[in-house]
Amino acid sequence: MSGDRFKAGERVRVRATDPPGHVRTPHYTRGHSGVVESYAGAFLNPEELAYGRSGEPAVPLWRVRFEQAQLWPDYRGEPHDTIVVDIYEHWLESAEMKSRRAALPENDKGKTRHRRKR
Amino acid sequence: MSGDHDHGPHPHQPDLEDSAPSESELLAQALEELLIEQGTIGAADLRRAIESGDARSSASGARLVARCWVDAAFEQRVLANVNVAARELGFELGPVEVRAVKDTARVHNVIVCTLCSCYPIALLGASPDWYKSREYRSRVVREPRAVLAEFGTELPRDVEVRVHDSSADLRYLVIPLRPRGTEGLSEEALAALVTRDCMIGTALPEAPAGA
Repeated sequence: MSGDRFKAGERVRVRATDPPGHVRTPHYTRGHSGVVESYAGAFLNPEELAYGRSGEPAVPLWRVRFEQAQLWPDYRGEPHDTIVVDIYEHWLESAEMKSRRAALPENDKGKTRHRRKR
Repeated sequence: MSGDHDHGPHPHQPDLEDSAPSESELLAQALEELLIEQGTIGAADLRRAIESGDARSSASGARLVARCWVDAAFEQRVLANVNVAARELGFELGPVEVRAVKDTARVHNVIVCTLCSCYPIALLGASPDWYKSREYRSRVVREPRAVLAEFGTELPRDVEVRVHDSSADLRYLVIPLRPRGTEGLSEEALAALVTRDCMIGTALPEAPAGA
């Protein structure tokens, strides 16, 4: 189902990749993490449409909010300034590793810790 | 000034034809001639389409914003779905989805499309040249406060500047804050305060002098 991969408020990271062809993920967001503001619906894939193909299946689009100071190390505005960018789902991955571990059953968590120690 | 023609060169305003047509202009012209020649459309159809395109203006967006200011329930419908709510004012926005972002005392919104020049044409008309310039598109995302200051828009430090990069499938329109001192104004008078730049977010609406 579209729109159920992430939740509002979830931390996500934009893939740090530079594929050839027409893409609509601004360079300045790549490799950066932000917070999902909302699901924006599913749209025909612009990376396919640009070459005369159908764009099917439609791709979920997410509004992701970034902190300006994180995107630009020399940012001269205020620390609370933000930018919201619409990013297609295949460019995003969850950046919430901690909470995912916390969701594991108790004994699995122990195993994870054990393995990490070794 | 004498009637003597033995003077220096006239200042020259370039004619449209002075620069060579681009490939896309030639393609458009060829397509236009073919469609008309084959009777698919008439020259008048084409003219009407251009006229109706050129007739779109930011007056539509201004009416929408003014209605939001006077009717909170309408504003809620706009925030939920601009395309549907706009029909209440008789505006058909077409298939492209427009979203409204509302300024508050704590957040100021500003719109850009860094990858090209996506813009809510149906509500704002054709975009200004600066909106399409590389300078605006590259700078407003990394130094929005400096760019806004160049538009004469200085924001308090405690207000969050929130840039929206509409590089995908949505188009954005800012609902600015209603200026203080406009309580007695009619909806029509309010709409006159809402300029194009106010709905892009590079300007703030101002109360009329003496209001």
